[in-house]
Amino acid sequence: MDINLNDLLRRYRSHPFEDYFVETPHTGVVFFKVKEGQTVKGPSGEWLHRPGTLLYTIERERNVKRMTALWSGQISGIRLDIEGRFVEAGEPLFSIRHQLDKEEIIDRILTQVLYIFSAPQRARYFLTPEISARMEKRSKKGVSVEFGEDVLIMSLMKRDTVVSYEGVPGSLYKVYFNSGDMVEQGAPLLGICSPDKLQYVQKVIHRIRTEWEK
Amino acid sequence: MRIDQIHMADSGKLLSQLADRILYLIDIKGNSEYGNIGDLLGQVQRLRQSLFEIKESDLFEEIDRVEDRVSFLEDRVAEKLSPAEIVNIVRSPQRFTLMDILENVYDSYTELGGEGDCNIDPAIGVARASISRRVKNRLYSHQVMVIGHEKGRGEEYRNAGCARPWGNNKALKYMRVAETEGIPIHFYIFTPGSYPIEDYPGAAQQIARNLYVMTKLKVPMVSFISEGGSGGAEAIGASGLRLMGSRGYYSVISPEGAAAIEGKIREGEKLPRKLLEHCAAQLKITAEDNLKLGTIDRIIQEPPLGARRDDFPFFRRLRYEMLRATDEVVLKTKNFRAFRAYALKRQAEEGKDVPEDFDLFISWSLTDLEKERLLEFRFKKYIELGKGYFIENKNILTQGIRKTKLFASRTYYDLRYGLLRPHHRNVQKVIEEVSGEGSVFLRKVTEPVRAAYDFVFPQPERPSKVIRSGEPERKSIFAEEWDPYVSPLANEDCTVTCPNAAKHGCLDLWVPDLYGEFCGVCPNCGHHFPLEYQWYLENLFDKNSVREFNAHIASCNPLGFQGYSVRLKKDIKHTGRNSSIITFDAEVWGLRLVVAMLFSNFRGGTVGAAEGEKFIRACDIASTTRRPLLAYIHSTGGIRIHEGTLGVVQMPKCTFGVREYNDNGGLYIVVYDNNSYAGPVASFLGCSLYQFGIRSSRIGFAGPRVIRETTGQDVPPDYHSAKNALRRGHIQGIWDRREFKKNLYDALMTLGGPNLYYR
Repeated sequence: MDINLNDLLRRYRSHPFEDYFVETPHTGVVFFKVKEGQTVKGPSGEWLHRPGTLLYTIERERNVKRMTALWSGQISGIRLDIEGRFVEAGEPLFSIRHQLDKEEIIDRILTQVLYIFSAPQRARYFLTPEISARMEKRSKKGVSVEFGEDVLIMSLMKRDTVVSYEGVPGSLYKVYFNSGDMVEQGAPLLGICSPDKLQYVQKVIHRIRTEWEK
Repeated sequence: MRIDQIHMADSGKLLSQLADRILYLIDIKGNSEYGNIGDLLGQVQRLRQSLFEIKESDLFEEIDRVEDRVSFLEDRVAEKLSPAEIVNIVRSPQRFTLMDILENVYDSYTELGGEGDCNIDPAIGVARASISRRVKNRLYSHQVMVIGHEKGRGEEYRNAGCARPWGNNKALKYMRVAETEGIPIHFYIFTPGSYPIEDYPGAAQQIARNLYVMTKLKVPMVSFISEGGSGGAEAIGASGLRLMGSRGYYSVISPEGAAAIEGKIREGEKLPRKLLEHCAAQLKITAEDNLKLGTIDRIIQEPPLGARRDDFPFFRRLRYEMLRATDEVVLKTKNFRAFRAYALKRQAEEGKDVPEDFDLFISWSLTDLEKERLLEFRFKKYIELGKGYFIENKNILTQGIRKTKLFASRTYYDLRYGLLRPHHRNVQKVIEEVSGEGSVFLRKVTEPVRAAYDFVFPQPERPSKVIRSGEPERKSIFAEEWDPYVSPLANEDCTVTCPNAAKHGCLDLWVPDLYGEFCGVCPNCGHHFPLEYQWYLENLFDKNSVREFNAHIASCNPLGFQGYSVRLKKDIKHTGRNSSIITFDAEVWGLRLVVAMLFSNFRGGTVGAAEGEKFIRACDIASTTRRPLLAYIHSTGGIRIHEGTLGVVQMPKCTFGVREYNDNGGLYIVVYDNNSYAGPVASFLGCSLYQFGIRSSRIGFAGPRVIRETTGQDVPPDYHSAKNALRRGHIQGIWDRREFKKNLYDALMTLGGPNLYYR
């Protein structure tokens, strides 16, 4: 957990982008359907069932595959020299520069700073009454949890099992589920922040939310 | 109150009524430009605002002038009402609703299954009501169950009369209550269509269940149609007598839906008004059109511009007609001669004013025998629907040969399975019993001897051979498939990508492999690529066992739908078939069965009058020959919109056929493949007790676009998947195409009615 938040912040401020490099999945003849600098959209819809912008087609064995964008962003470094030519698998085609918004940056910072307590198995989860009561009294960021403390109730097949916290002690910073929700195994349940970094993290996030433009 | 105040109050009321009349005209015309109605409305509103500022005589003079103008416009509009305008009349908020009928047609009523928004489904209204008639100054009261759609006065929770599956289930529940209590049911149809959601048990399943029960509901049923929107209307519409308001509409699809399909309008784009009007006219949705087509039995006259909420003379007529219609349904079962006399008298009264008194009282309760007759009449009525609206060879000789063949086969099978088989069974049973008893007696005598013998000469135990009775010996698949059918799709030298490649990492598939050896199935994830129907004809049934019948029955253009004849001819030429259904006898490992196959290449597998007739005849043949009936749905897009309500009535018609076949002890299995939607799934397919889906098939009521446009909500991509259909209990299993034959054989052997020849 030895992360320099200032460096992290500076890095995101100077370069608030994520570059996704698009490569050919297999051999074939490539035809681009986008131009340099064009803005493309990733999959949309509630279930991400609407495909994103058509990026290129790759033809192998008379099978023309339409490859669509998996991320939103701007096309850069397009390799027009290979347009209409046969290429090998893994050939870089262009990159999609995705501009990170404030929430995405906050999420990324939090995943690096927080200790994530994941769901041990697929079940419905509730916070224990003690934790809930403490959260009601104080703000949730002030609720501290210790190693071995009972924090969650896992409810499955009408049987409730108490789940103890097994991780670094700290303050409960983020609850990733709604009480009673069915959570998949391995999905994040709680985000814990070590006490020494708590105030600093709060300050950084507050600054990002209020000062950053986008 | 002073006289002038009374006059002012009257003028206020008059102006309010005038405003309503003008608004109604705007509703009908769909805009306020016709005859400057908008200006007229503005004038009325100005008068209402300055009611006390204008001199009374001037005010009444002005009102008279406006009223004259409104009356003139009303007459003009009523002179030539287009079908699209009739749709507007039906959908106007001033149109009468079920509640108005309950208030004005019936003497008293008690609402069942909820009130207002505290309701199982506010779009369906159910009430126990009493309706009375006066005969020679004596009042007679009848109890009835009233079931109908309640559109309300624009309340959102009423859903404009679109019943959800549980609303139709509520209707079904009270139909059964009426049957238990032996009281007639009056249905009132005010729906633009059923609410297209797949929540348990699914819109299509529920409509199919309703229809299936209604085929044999042992009470007189009469329905009145004001707005009959396709499947939603059929859910409570398969009655003994169908009446329709003269300004109502009954249609296979909403004119908007038809326009979107015909004009290939993209989602979200505005429909051109002209196209909408054109489609409304082409669909033949008016009461006169429906009467001509025979899809309704009688028209109830409304005022020229349609009945409204306060149209009391109309309610009086409706009450009279409902009483008369119920009498007719009841009388038919009692004594045909009395009914004929009654019908003739009724005909003479046609067009006359509603009489004050009835000349006789007819009891609506039925004896067991009369109930049987009631069902028989209902069956005959629906089986005849749509006849004459398909092309059939009318050559006397051919017809004679066909009839003789049918008679001969019926006699043969009746003799074989109806007379000889039970006798043979009885004899066999007696022999079995006698030999069983004999062996018990013999065993008693021989047991001590045998035990002593075994003790002296012990024999090593040998495993006994397992004999599975009834299952034929199966040959090697190689011996059977030396000359297999290979899909022409396999002739292309290219690869294709499995749609699940991103999810399951499936590799590209070489087409000759995919459509040849793999039978169109992805070897990695099991996704089923669509195959042509010929593949099933060749691979599902035993070699040379397919014998098609009724291939001569052909689809036509009964409504004269513009441009449809050309498209139909193209499909006939392209497929070499006359309709979208193939009916044939076939064998599966020696088991003979009758098959009805809907296929996609002909008008998207849609069902019209020809398809319905062929299906009914297949049911009849299966019933006669005591064979199982398989409906294999390669694909169906629903009811054919170009045949209008003639297509819609195939829903109850075919359901009647299925019910009759099932009740005769048959086994009806439905297998869905590719895409199966709408009317057929909501009737004669969905009512099957045993339904299965081929993997990767999609089954449902309405497609995603219709759901989005109706409910305003998007649906998940797997909403119509076979898995979801299985989850909600619509189908009983998902079959792999490669094991279709084996699964079908197993199903035929394990499921089914008692009267099948191999039982």
